[in-house]
Amino acid sequence: MGDPLYAGGIGLTVVLVTLLKVLVTFVLLLVATMFMVWFERKIVADMQHRIGPNRAGPWGLLQTLADGTKLFFKEDLLPDRADRIVFRLAPVLAVVPAFLAFAIVPIGGNFAEGGTVSMFGRETFLQLADPPVGVLFFLAMSGIGVYGVMLAGWSSGSKYPLLGGVRATAQIVSYEAALGLSLASVILVNGTLSTHQIVAEQAGAGFGGIIPNWNLVVTGVVPAIIFLIAGTAELNRPPFDLVEAEQELVGGFNTEYSSIRFALFFLAEFMNTVTMSALVVTLFLGGPSGPVWGPEPVRTWFFPIFWFLLKLVVFLFVFVWFRGTLPRLRYDQLMDLGWKALIPLALGWFLLLGAVRVARNEGWNLVVTFGAITVVVVVAVTLLNLSLRAAQRQRLADAEVNA
Amino acid sequence: MTVIEEPEVDHVARLRSGRGVLRMSEVVAAEHGERLADEDDETMLVNMGPQHPSTHGVLRLMLEMRGEQVVRSKPIVGYLHTGMEKTAEDLTYLQGPTNVTRMDYASPFFTELAFSLATEKLLGIEVPERAVWIRMLMSELNRISSHLLFQATNGMDIGAVSVMIYGWRDREDVLRFFEKVTGLRMNHNYIRPGGVAADLPDGWRDDVLHLLDQIPPHLEDLDVLLSGQPIWRNRLQGVGVISTAEALDLGATGPILRSTGYDWDLRRDMPYLAYDQVDFDVVVGTFGDCYDRYAIRLNEIRESIRIVRQILDRMPAGDYKIQDKKVTPPPRARIDESMEALIHHFKIFTEGYKVPEGEVYVAVESPRGELGCYIVSDGSSKPYRMHVRGPSFVNLQCLPHMMVDGLIADTVAVISSVDPIMGEVDR
Repeated sequence: MGDPLYAGGIGLTVVLVTLLKVLVTFVLLLVATMFMVWFERKIVADMQHRIGPNRAGPWGLLQTLADGTKLFFKEDLLPDRADRIVFRLAPVLAVVPAFLAFAIVPIGGNFAEGGTVSMFGRETFLQLADPPVGVLFFLAMSGIGVYGVMLAGWSSGSKYPLLGGVRATAQIVSYEAALGLSLASVILVNGTLSTHQIVAEQAGAGFGGIIPNWNLVVTGVVPAIIFLIAGTAELNRPPFDLVEAEQELVGGFNTEYSSIRFALFFLAEFMNTVTMSALVVTLFLGGPSGPVWGPEPVRTWFFPIFWFLLKLVVFLFVFVWFRGTLPRLRYDQLMDLGWKALIPLALGWFLLLGAVRVARNEGWNLVVTFGAITVVVVVAVTLLNLSLRAAQRQRLADAEVNA
Repeated sequence: MTVIEEPEVDHVARLRSGRGVLRMSEVVAAEHGERLADEDDETMLVNMGPQHPSTHGVLRLMLEMRGEQVVRSKPIVGYLHTGMEKTAEDLTYLQGPTNVTRMDYASPFFTELAFSLATEKLLGIEVPERAVWIRMLMSELNRISSHLLFQATNGMDIGAVSVMIYGWRDREDVLRFFEKVTGLRMNHNYIRPGGVAADLPDGWRDDVLHLLDQIPPHLEDLDVLLSGQPIWRNRLQGVGVISTAEALDLGATGPILRSTGYDWDLRRDMPYLAYDQVDFDVVVGTFGDCYDRYAIRLNEIRESIRIVRQILDRMPAGDYKIQDKKVTPPPRARIDESMEALIHHFKIFTEGYKVPEGEVYVAVESPRGELGCYIVSDGSSKPYRMHVRGPSFVNLQCLPHMMVDGLIADTVAVISSVDPIMGEVDR
């Protein structure tokens, strides 16, 4: 079931509506990013007993615009040893996927009644595109986004950016796995990859008629937390901002960048933050779904968008909160957390959800099933622990031989 | 959980072997950097500083790295060298504190104190009781402000940027009190041979009490944000480990030596001022790692607060400088009335006072360790030679030994935990 807009063939109105949606999505993301930069600086300033931006525009709201304009007029430096083509390509590689990934996020639509809105007499989804592989599309885009960071570090022809680029590669490869595995739980429960369908599945009341039917509850909180942690790492935001790590790598991959190219990286990072928050909301908190009241335009337009933005701001705040509170992890600790904690946990939880699902379908005794699952989990954790400890012992022995 | 036994390490042998110390001149390193990498070259030279966000000013490090791991390193100092020790030979003893106070700009009272104590020892004078206690009050408040600065920079270096502002905020309040007392936030020139420059201002007691009430809750905040924070502990525990034997061999003092479990504090073991009359504990670590050094400094703030409270209770009345008019200038009002006072004033501020021949070394416990002042006098009104034993300078020697085999993130943590003030390193 795709967007009803395209059900009746492609006409002029359809093209115009689509173009309008493209424009609105683009502008919305840019404005949201601008707002996010301001929001982050203001909130962090509050947490640190500072005032934050307050000169450009009311409450400093136009600060981002001022910064962008300033950066635009700065000299664009190209280091001597840089790989000229790749150096110029990298910021673009970072920004374009950041734009594209937002296309699959449903930002409105009354999900109590099909999740559509009416535009110029046409029923349509309030999201730019709803490909049947929506979630995979997001993973692909975030995967491509890494190339921007990695190539920027590599092509700068300088050592600190190179270290940053290497860190980026390792970090994203590790956390993409955890991210994907926690996504798998959602897909398993909802049985679809389309973001619109996933939201539709979560609409309506859940257990007891009070608790919402969100995936956060349905998948049992753990995948949502893993997704949030892995997402933070994926975004290179604190406490996982090792790729830039100003105190260690002097800015990491973007050390050698100046002017608008630097601004593009900056923009990409904050756009990704907005997209990631939107994705968390879509996948785990039911996106724009929520109680709606009132007459027609308020009902289908105002409330869903309101709920979506409200949930979005909550997660934007969470990301800022992380930054205001946590110290940065070290490179090896980051890897440890990814491979030894998040990935096994995400995989285990996925298998557990699968087992519960099979048990329910086959009508097995739930107590026996849970007992068996517990035994399996305990055995798996013990084995994993033993192997980790054996590896550590081996490393220490090696170190002794080498010393 | 079975505890995995670490292989026994002979720390002194490790030190003597010079492992982790990069012995390469800067010129060779620069040439090495210009060359294109060899195919079989597994390590690379990374230059860290003097322009680097976390080298605490202008410390420069040459790091030989294998990937992210530091194999060998070499600290390079001298980028802030201003020749203060040489300058001291051209300044009278009265002008001396103005000069030395600029060395350790984060704890200026201690250099002033060391210089003044050394001069007084040469002169053979005793300063009045009140001056002693004022000096102690200012020293301990300065220790608080300096350690707060450490908490701020350490937090920032580990990536907890908010902590930077928290530390800075309280430090600023302490500095505001300093400004009220001395007229300047830093570089006070307040402690001078013969006493202090001025008496404490009206309402000083309330100001100090306000500080003492305000800082402890903020230290509790640090405990919540950092001490028990798993990421924070992982970042600092077991990082930059140094043993007592190594620290002693390298001449390290202060929190670095104490972090190894060696119980040594000049305030208690070689008391100066009136430290033998106040009650305080010397905070000692166990493992000699960055976390111990962090915790020691945090708790030393608490101990200093304890000392300051006792000082508030026992601050004696009386003169704030000795009344020997050959050493300290007469009050302004006396100059209008007395010919003699005018002459004293003129002599002190033109040629200064003569100090008997001899040499002397006086050490105080600064927030960074043993801060010593060595003065040779030839009987004139200027030192023949002055040398300051800067604790930061000596402590910096430990860097290669603490950094070896660490990651680049550990390097930053280690530099931060040594808490060097480059003004005092280079002098």
